[in-house]
Amino acid sequence: MMRLRSWLPTPGLSLLLLIVWLLLVNEVSVGHLLLGGILAIAIPRLTSRFWDRKPTVHKPMKLLLFFLRVVGDIIVANLQVARIILSPWHRSRPHFVEYPLMLEERFAITILASTITLTPGTVSANLRMDGKTLLIHALDAEDDATLIRTIRERYEQPLKEIFEC
Amino acid sequence: MLYVILEAVISVLLIAGGLFAFIGSLGLAHLRDFFMRLHGPTKATTLGIGCMLIASMLYFSVTQSEWHLQELLITLFLFITAPVSAHLLAKVGLHQRLKFVDKTRGKPVEFLDEDIGGKPLSDSSDSNS
Repeated sequence: MMRLRSWLPTPGLSLLLLIVWLLLVNEVSVGHLLLGGILAIAIPRLTSRFWDRKPTVHKPMKLLLFFLRVVGDIIVANLQVARIILSPWHRSRPHFVEYPLMLEERFAITILASTITLTPGTVSANLRMDGKTLLIHALDAEDDATLIRTIRERYEQPLKEIFEC
Repeated sequence: MLYVILEAVISVLLIAGGLFAFIGSLGLAHLRDFFMRLHGPTKATTLGIGCMLIASMLYFSVTQSEWHLQELLITLFLFITAPVSAHLLAKVGLHQRLKFVDKTRGKPVEFLDEDIGGKPLSDSSDSNS
């Protein structure tokens, strides 16, 4: 077991890389399994020193639910943005909001920022170096408090449970 | 019969994809300021391309009767890279102090020294020069 750990420090990442390789060549054969396997072992070992801390997923099921919710929200976001773009008389209310972060794990913050960019009418614009606040530009926002509460309840809370609890 | 239904689904996906990509580009040209323009390509275009890729995946999986899953990878990479590039563009916009429309409420951040690399983070506590 110790030997396996030292060879495969990140089994999940290695499996993901193997799957990505097989998808890239679009073929499952012994040769590609072997080549993909070598890459899947070598790449995490070579890049491990660039990772500042390995994220741990505490609740995989929650992560799946979160993913599905984000996919749904992306579709809703598109319809909203399409409506704003297509109707010249629709008065959009652009807004800068400084969002106080609860998350501390950098990986989780990255996911939150990406989610914010992909979902309804918001783009994450700047993360302070101290990692405490995130500047968000909203295309059409009622007011700060509602926006912050929505993001907190829909995305940050689940992420906190998944990565930090 | 099944083939007809699949064909309909693929057509709808292609049209929806084209529409969303078009709306995204329209937003890029039509919205008022840099930060608003960012919203078009990050959302509408990702969904547009996502729709087209799913259509392509279905079409080739059906007609060539083997699985084509490479499109999944393209979708994955697109959804990982689009927010990052949008974030960097927004950040550059802030640093360049680009103008934004007057009705924008709230203010962009005032950058601290450490945000723009004026001084390294580690000695921010013991030096105030």
